Amino acid sequence: MSTIVRPYGDTTGDGMVQLSFTLPVPADKRAEGAALQLAGKMGLDPAMVVHSRAMGDGYTFFVVYGRVQHLVDLGKVHVVERDFPLLGAREINTLVKRRLRRKLVVVGACIGTDAHTVGIDAILNVKGIAGEKGLEYYRELRVVNLGAQVSVPDLVERARAEKADAVLVSQVVTQRDAHLHNTREMSAAFREALPAARRPLLVVGGPRFDERDAAGLGVDRIFGRGTTPREVASYLVHAVLPARAVAA
Amino acid sequence: MRGKLDLDRAQVRRARQLARRAGKPVVDLARGHTTVAVERAVLRLAGITGADPDGIPWVNRLVDAVAADVGLGHGVSVPVFHALAISGAHDLTMLAQKAAAGSVRFSLPSGTAATAARRAARRAVAAGIKRIDRRRAERERLVKRYGDPRQRPWIYLIVATGDIYEDIPQAQAAARAGADVIAVIRSTGQSLLDYVPEGPTREGFAGTYATQENFRLMRAALDESSKELGRYVRLTNYASGLCMPEIATLAGLERLDMMLNDSMYGILFRDINPIRTFVDQRFSRQIHARAGIIINTGEDNYLTTADAVEAAHTVTVSQLLNEYFAHEAGLADWQLGLGHAFEIDPDLPESFRLELAHALLARELFPDAPLKWMPPTRHMTGDVFRGNLLDGFFNLVGTLTGQGILLVGMMTEAVVTPWLSDRDIALQNVRYVLGACGGLHEDFVPAPGGFIQRRAHHVLGESIELLERIVDDGLLNAIADGTFGIMKRPADGGKGLSGVARHEDDYYNPATELLEAA
Repeated sequence: MSTIVRPYGDTTGDGMVQLSFTLPVPADKRAEGAALQLAGKMGLDPAMVVHSRAMGDGYTFFVVYGRVQHLVDLGKVHVVERDFPLLGAREINTLVKRRLRRKLVVVGACIGTDAHTVGIDAILNVKGIAGEKGLEYYRELRVVNLGAQVSVPDLVERARAEKADAVLVSQVVTQRDAHLHNTREMSAAFREALPAARRPLLVVGGPRFDERDAAGLGVDRIFGRGTTPREVASYLVHAVLPARAVAA
Repeated sequence: MRGKLDLDRAQVRRARQLARRAGKPVVDLARGHTTVAVERAVLRLAGITGADPDGIPWVNRLVDAVAADVGLGHGVSVPVFHALAISGAHDLTMLAQKAAAGSVRFSLPSGTAATAARRAARRAVAAGIKRIDRRRAERERLVKRYGDPRQRPWIYLIVATGDIYEDIPQAQAAARAGADVIAVIRSTGQSLLDYVPEGPTREGFAGTYATQENFRLMRAALDESSKELGRYVRLTNYASGLCMPEIATLAGLERLDMMLNDSMYGILFRDINPIRTFVDQRFSRQIHARAGIIINTGEDNYLTTADAVEAAHTVTVSQLLNEYFAHEAGLADWQLGLGHAFEIDPDLPESFRLELAHALLARELFPDAPLKWMPPTRHMTGDVFRGNLLDGFFNLVGTLTGQGILLVGMMTEAVVTPWLSDRDIALQNVRYVLGACGGLHEDFVPAPGGFIQRRAHHVLGESIELLERIVDDGLLNAIADGTFGIMKRPADGGKGLSGVARHEDDYYNPATELLEAA
């Protein structure tokens, strides 16, 4: 099978895409021409402005359909594939009980100015998300959810006091790359406070992270949009328990 | 009239009685305590302004100095005005500077010196309240001149760039595009700051700091817009967090029109100490009552953490409590923008009928309140097309059930802070629904004994059961047990507890005295 694909409109290989954008120009003939010029530079040929609409005096919104010239080589796509088995709640509890012989301790928080706990709560609260219960539901996990706007020193202190196996940090709302700065600050603080052997697993999550950037941010794992509690729990079991095959 | 839901009037009465019984002990607690934020609000009314070179407001320096010398439990008014009389400082700001430099000590006068200090404090605070009264009269004049929005619900849009000078043109553009109410969302960190930043600000995170100068700038800009558009455009901000009473005061002084002001939000979602919150809450609502400000409560937030069907009755219970606390603080029904939200999982069968039942229940329980109807957030996935459809159904419920204030939902919720085009598309959605079926509520009468009526009765029944448990257990214990929004918040925990003090026998607060005399 070919590893080269094009976007699909209604026929294989037609290359059709749709996009929308705003230009800071008044809505008139020239504006449509400007939109076509942009579409052309983006590789759409031919391009059609199917909708344009004035927004206030100086802005125009466009919807453009067109054919792109670009090819996608699936052989050159790099993503972080899940490199651990996805387990059920029962398996996870059994593994922790048998291997760790104590509860696996997870400390979670939103750090920095981010007050939005939706992410951390979706993963930790019993309620969970998308029909999956959160980590509090797992009998063999002990979850400490510190909530929002936790300072990095407090997080480190609490993780140490609770003897955390893993620290989960969520960053939802961010501006000017605050999520990246906060994460670097957090990972540096843990490196400074604890020797490598006693350092908990550092996991961050949020819609704006790039999952490939874990090393750059000094953390063990990044989870992006759409992550479920079960994936996180499976990863924790995989990463925290002694290395002998999880599939035992 | 029995309304569209055929609610049992005795049940409704019972629910209100229970809310009063649950809330009363908390009001008593609030009446017996003060906080650093309440005392700072009093001094702001008395005229103190400005900040030290580090940006810490002089009012914070002054209250901290008084608390260090004589404690907070007497109220700061008497020691401050006594010190003002004997120190030779021209005004409170200068007194604060001297106190910060260590050249003034505070003490509790007795006899005629105490009487004089009380009188001076009362006079200064009365001048501040007079300014609030003038701002209220000014609003009434402008509303008369330019008029209210032509339709209900009022269309409420959020602006949030972090930079007040970016916010202004965006807010004006939003007003031109049809917004009746502009909310400037705050920087995420602000609720936990124990001071109000000063001056115009250009840097914030996912929002713009609430400062007196930012309030003034935005209100002036919207006054221009009101004139241009021929309708009075309202301005909203947030009286919440650790500085709730001060921000309420600044809102009154700068003629803001609505304030987010929930009785329990700070406790549940920001982990602020419950007693601190209830004390601050009561004072801020007294100010709002006086200033003619419409409050918006935050029940929508419960549904972002708890399931919107299972927890529907916690919204009703919180609305009843918010109503009780608001009335107790002097707010009238027209000032109660009680909150609720369209947050039921759209994949749930009959989710739309459930939404209609819940929204109509709120409408019929609070017939004279301008309810604040909040759009879906929890089930907005990033699929902007589906999001726009959901927002359309949200708008439909809003108009079918006669909501007073409609916060415009963005299809890019959970993706980006709204773009210009997102707002435009969202407003088209609202206009289409209001234009196509703005009068449909006249024809919409749920079938007697049908799904919607049964669901509403069920939720009201659950609310009464929960209120009974809260009355037995005590509201503070219920909050500690995680009754609302799953969050567990004990009364001796949370942020800001160190800024709470029990009243001493000679506690004096001229603002409370003046506000309660009205």
